[in-house]
Amino acid sequence: MDILAFGNTGWGDELFFATLMTIAVSITAMIIGFCFALIFTPLKLSKNKFLNFIGNSYTTIIRGVPELLVIYLLFFGGSGAVMYVASIFGYNKYIEINAFLTGSFAIGIISGAYSTEVFRGAIQSIDKGQFEASKVLGLKKPVHFFKVIMPQMLRLAVPNLSNVWQITLKDTSLISVTGLVEIMRQSYIAAGSTRDPLFFYSFAAVLYLLLTFLSMKLINKLEIKYRRGY
Amino acid sequence: MDLDLMVSSFPKLLNATLVTLKLLSLSLIFGLILGLFFAILRLNKNIFVNRFSYVYSYIFRGTPLLVQIFIIYFGLGQIEFLRSSFLWIILKEPYWCAIIAFSLNTGAYTSEILRSAFETINKGFIEAGDSLGISKKIIFYKIQIPIAIRQSLPAYGNEIILMLKGTSLASTVTLMDLTGVAKYIISTTFKPIEVFIVAGGIYLFMTFIIHNFIRYLEKKYSY
Amino acid sequence: MNMIRKFSLGILITLFLSLSANADKIRIGTEGAYPPWNSKDASGKLIGFEVELAWTLCRYIGQQCEIVEQDWDGMIPALIMRKFDAIMAGMSITDERKKAINFSQGYADEVASLAVMKGSNLEGIQTSEGINLTMKSGAVKKDLKTITGALDGKTVCVQTATIHQNFLESGDVGKVKVRTYKTQDEVNLDLASGRCDVALAAAVAFTDYAEKSGKPVVLVGPTFSGGAFGNGVGVGIRKDDAELLKAFNSAINKARKNGDISRIATKWFGFDASM
Repeated sequence: MDILAFGNTGWGDELFFATLMTIAVSITAMIIGFCFALIFTPLKLSKNKFLNFIGNSYTTIIRGVPELLVIYLLFFGGSGAVMYVASIFGYNKYIEINAFLTGSFAIGIISGAYSTEVFRGAIQSIDKGQFEASKVLGLKKPVHFFKVIMPQMLRLAVPNLSNVWQITLKDTSLISVTGLVEIMRQSYIAAGSTRDPLFFYSFAAVLYLLLTFLSMKLINKLEIKYRRGY
Repeated sequence: MDLDLMVSSFPKLLNATLVTLKLLSLSLIFGLILGLFFAILRLNKNIFVNRFSYVYSYIFRGTPLLVQIFIIYFGLGQIEFLRSSFLWIILKEPYWCAIIAFSLNTGAYTSEILRSAFETINKGFIEAGDSLGISKKIIFYKIQIPIAIRQSLPAYGNEIILMLKGTSLASTVTLMDLTGVAKYIISTTFKPIEVFIVAGGIYLFMTFIIHNFIRYLEKKYSY
Repeated sequence: MNMIRKFSLGILITLFLSLSANADKIRIGTEGAYPPWNSKDASGKLIGFEVELAWTLCRYIGQQCEIVEQDWDGMIPALIMRKFDAIMAGMSITDERKKAINFSQGYADEVASLAVMKGSNLEGIQTSEGINLTMKSGAVKKDLKTITGALDGKTVCVQTATIHQNFLESGDVGKVKVRTYKTQDEVNLDLASGRCDVALAAAVAFTDYAEKSGKPVVLVGPTFSGGAFGNGVGVGIRKDDAELLKAFNSAINKARKNGDISRIATKWFGFDASM
């Protein structure tokens, strides 16, 4: 177990921090994904053909292209695209986006596409009568959305969102290609340096299993708490 | 944007798509067999058999495919006695390592899809068969399995698409699939965006076909 | 809603912080998986000949530096996309790469060699000690022919996007079954496991691996230089960055004159690989 020692001789502390990094990226990506979902779910449900098209394109493209390609495209094209947008506003200097943000964004965009589908499904399963009830009560559209639909939608979405969380957590293994040192990258480095890939990749698998197991426990607890409202 | 490069890389990428499709179809076939096998084990009353199947599916669904493929390719390659056994004939080849990893992975998801389909089958069907004096075996093969397949079509369609995307990881173990060839072209042209856009387009087209094919099947077998 | 608002604000702040950082540091990209040129130790720190040399050159340039890790297969695209400003990653100066980026003068030279596991039937091939592909002499042609015969039907492994891959695909040694890997570490692993019959890389990459792993890896055939193998290893720099190129060239001159390059090279390679 020397190779798992903490300190300068073993890989214990490196793998520990890498695990924290995986958790941090997963959570950030999940939140970014929520933001995307909050934008694209209304578009997908919109009756306007153009808005609808945009919403559908997002989920179709992101869910139809390998995650690895999405990540590569964002990694190589991300800062270029941001600089292009900035140049429209008259800012012409180089813009650096750090590895953590690039990675979180890439995974977030993917996670967002799945969250959008979950939200859409949840909203569509909300009783139509409530839309009419809000109308009768004279609630404005945004009030109706945030105060009536959103809370129900979140409750209905929780079980499926736990699936999205699992997907997101596992997808973070792919951002190792951007150089961000999370579990996969650290195992890769350790496996290369110690020439013991069997041990380190198996250990990585155990870490991921532990993360999915623990997060599922937590989500189940949340679910029970949320159900109480009914 | 280098349009010339996009045009000139297209035929090469299309050629590599064949490798991707081969990986996909073989993995799906093996995965379906594994999935059916483990789904049946899951329904078994024996707790050990039952648990064994559960643990298999939990491990493969709870870890990233990339880790699985690395363990099978780089990890197992380190074990001395495996290298001297007959298994090495298969494990020596990156192609088969990828297929083993993909099959085990999709098998785990497929077993879950089939299990939940089996569990939701209306007990009434089985009782109806029973009262007609049809044997348990025939009920299982002629009633339960066909209904389960129909029930799991939408979820299985998703799984096919996830697996198609998953095959892009074959490039991490030296295979020249669509993603592998895209990376190869980039290594000589240094233009990742153009090449990945073309490759992405091809993947998207395949997803589109699979998606619509499943929709067609769903309609055809709807009741 | 308040929570979401706070989170998005937090994300925006991080974004802007990362925009302003690293404004006038020179960022140098390296792979960290190509010992003894560049690699990582058990504390996760980048080490190796080029890492140490990079700090030395930065001192001569008189500017702050930062070393950035980048996977080999995206090294040149990442430089062009301005993820960093210079490459020091055992990258040989070749005509093909010069189309995309500029190179400083070479700071070190490496010869390539084939390697096999002890007991391979390739161990006995008879060639001269070393061949320079720039010379088209009869002796070179004869050696290439011998190698062509020896590699026939064998799986030859190389790291992707390297001079070694280019050479194998150049036709100089016939049509070879080439298998490409992301890192040299992976090539070494598969050479040792027997998935590769033979591998081609910098000779030091194999001797370093043999020494550290204790695996019976042996060099066979001649050492290669010239032609597809380029003209030494240099610093890769973007085409539009003439100033940085000049700075690196003069820093390399100074470091060479003061004996720094020889000293660092001897420390990491065991012999003076400087040029």
